[in-house]
Amino acid sequence: MNVRRAAPAALCGALLLAGCSSGFGSDSSSKQDSEGKQHLTVMIGSSGDAETNAVKAAAAAWAKKTGNTVTVTAAQNLDQQLGQSLAGGKPPDVFYVGSNTFANYAKGNSLYTYGDQLSYQNDFSDSLRKSFSYNGKFVCAPKDTSTLALAVNTAMWQKAGLTAADYPTTWPQLEKVAKKLTSSKVTGLVVDASYNELGVFMKQAGGWITDPGQAAMTADSAANVKALTFVKKLLKEGALKYPKQVDTGWGGEALGTQKAAMTIEGNWLTGAMASDYPKVGYKVLPLPVGSAGKGTLSFSTCWGIANKSAHHAADVSLVKAFTAVPQELTFAGAYGVLPSRTSALAAYSAKYPANKAFADGESYGQGPVTLPGFTKVLAQFDTDLAGLATADPKTILSSLQKNGTAALGSGG
Amino acid sequence: MRKEQQGGTAAVALPAVRTRPTGRTGPAGTGRTGPGGRSRRGIRDRQGRWGWLFVSPMVIVLGLFLLLPILMALWVSLLHWDGQSDPFTSAADFVGVRNYTDLFGSSGGLTHQLFMISLRNNLYYVLLVVPLQTVLALGLALAVNSRRLRRKGPLRTAFFFPSVTSSIAISTVFLFLFQGSGAVNALLKWVGISGPKWFTDAHGLVWSVLGAVGLVDPDKPVHALAAHGVLGLSWWDWLAGPSIAMCTIIVLAVWTTSGTFMLMFLAALQDVPAELEEQATVDGASRWQSLRHVTLPALRPVIFLVVTLGLIGTWQVFDAVYVMSQGAPGNTTLTPAYLSYTSGFQDSDYGHAAAIAFVLLAIIMLVQRVLLRERDGQPSRIRRLLGRNR
Repeated sequence: MNVRRAAPAALCGALLLAGCSSGFGSDSSSKQDSEGKQHLTVMIGSSGDAETNAVKAAAAAWAKKTGNTVTVTAAQNLDQQLGQSLAGGKPPDVFYVGSNTFANYAKGNSLYTYGDQLSYQNDFSDSLRKSFSYNGKFVCAPKDTSTLALAVNTAMWQKAGLTAADYPTTWPQLEKVAKKLTSSKVTGLVVDASYNELGVFMKQAGGWITDPGQAAMTADSAANVKALTFVKKLLKEGALKYPKQVDTGWGGEALGTQKAAMTIEGNWLTGAMASDYPKVGYKVLPLPVGSAGKGTLSFSTCWGIANKSAHHAADVSLVKAFTAVPQELTFAGAYGVLPSRTSALAAYSAKYPANKAFADGESYGQGPVTLPGFTKVLAQFDTDLAGLATADPKTILSSLQKNGTAALGSGG
Repeated sequence: MRKEQQGGTAAVALPAVRTRPTGRTGPAGTGRTGPGGRSRRGIRDRQGRWGWLFVSPMVIVLGLFLLLPILMALWVSLLHWDGQSDPFTSAADFVGVRNYTDLFGSSGGLTHQLFMISLRNNLYYVLLVVPLQTVLALGLALAVNSRRLRRKGPLRTAFFFPSVTSSIAISTVFLFLFQGSGAVNALLKWVGISGPKWFTDAHGLVWSVLGAVGLVDPDKPVHALAAHGVLGLSWWDWLAGPSIAMCTIIVLAVWTTSGTFMLMFLAALQDVPAELEEQATVDGASRWQSLRHVTLPALRPVIFLVVTLGLIGTWQVFDAVYVMSQGAPGNTTLTPAYLSYTSGFQDSDYGHAAAIAFVLLAIIMLVQRVLLRERDGQPSRIRRLLGRNR
């Protein structure tokens, strides 16, 4: 009975497989559309209405100028929606590519390499260009950038009897003020349990997850152990807590709801504070310096162009419009990011002096790990960091070293 | 229930009719060949053809949207596929069963470790949710079916309500309830208990309870248990039980599903002849005896149904994890279904994701066969139930 039933099903199955497989197209770069008027689709993973509207306005302005049309879609879950459309063979023309997925997409040959077509490619900082290069080629233009800094609640600062002279510049000072600011209702320092935030201590101690060229793991270095031991000490003292421990989702929420006196967050903090907690006064300071000097992390997203897009010329033109200096400054003003172009950074610092600490970090910020197959490894590291208070830093780092080495070996 | 079963038998019988001619051409022609056989065969053949015609819309729909995707996923589970190329060409990176051996063998590294943790978590989840929800649903059904209870309507609605509410909405509400400073902890404070940090406590329940009575320190694994293990996890990890965070998800699952199952029990209870229970009372049976020896045996098929549906549903738990914890804290709410999702859509590792899905399918099938083999010799019912639920 099974065989009889399966035969027709298998037949129609085979036919459909043939149908599906034709949808992918045989070559990864598709035939270019040469018509005058082109229709582009842009998919973004938006932080909110402010960002969506800003991108839509910029796209509309470009469309009006060039006579093309653009549809901007804000994805609910960018990774998933992009994954589906790439697997389905019909990706949007232009889309956000986060540093966590960049390597996977570049390795899968889904991204059109257009870095060389930008006359101003050297206007992006080295670290940014490196973050979005694959096999030595600059693939896609960084959309904007963000760095981490220390944000302190000014009212609590004063209440604790602290002055501007007490702004921490070293680890011991940070520990001292964090302890002083901690009370039954307020935690001195609230930082996300993620290497994306706690990684600053590793950087300041002179360590990092990989070597500069991302060719080998350096997770179990003594510097990293030192950094995590310091974090563990703060956790044990109760001077540092993770957002979930104070019933918040992230450091900015803890600062805004006044459950934290200090937090280490990126410049996205300014937008959230302005829209959600406009009454909470805070000041952005450079991060304290560790034994190996200054250290912060820098994040970015790039404007990916699909290899399968039929409008490469128009796509690049749109990205050029998005990354023009005045446009970058408009984006920065609209939703609190830093311009990705160095020439725009100076103008930004002048315009928003309160965010100078963020802008200054860009010159020495450590870019994220962009290696294929590392999402899982780093997620596991974050999970381990969440349990750091009762775990051994060395064990955590050696398992990161082991997992990372395995992922490097398999090439994702 | 009974009617559907008959329908199912008829559908199954259809292809059997078609196979009959083949059987007859064989040398051992059995007793079926006889005068009139030819004409009967003709009619049957025509019937068969019409039968196929009538069922073809459903067969095509099922084939298109069920069988075909399953076969495609099975193929993907044998590939190293990043989701950005065509998996149905010769360019696909065929790796055989490596995705499966990665899950079960230490060669898989992190994948192996995470998968085993997710299996452990889900196992405890199943072991707690299935009995609890079955017993609760039965209790609720008995309560609202009781002849002595008045105004049953509003109660039934109240009990059924969680089942018809969106699970995402309920999960979100639970998030608020179980916050460190949420309503649950406020209630506990009233009675003098300082509640745990529900969603940040990664300790296993077993070690937490043993720790509370001073037998072990949850933060310091017993060496004898931590040093040895099986399938990539130490005995300390295997025996830890569900974490506090997982317990909240368990409570949520029991609460939301018991309404649906209550309805099934209720329907069956109303089918139990009142005379039976009356007779038991006349014969001098206590209420408990009457429940144990009259009502429960009459409910056996429904209990079987509820446990089966429960086992299938619990092994596939995803939505609550996705909304409430995303596997945190310390991977203690990671389930295979959620791991499959993250492997696919976050790590672009669709081969492993598909392999996890098939292992999950195998587990569910196996559990059904081993634990729920019908004692009255009707194994086919299991299949029918499974089929209805996919």
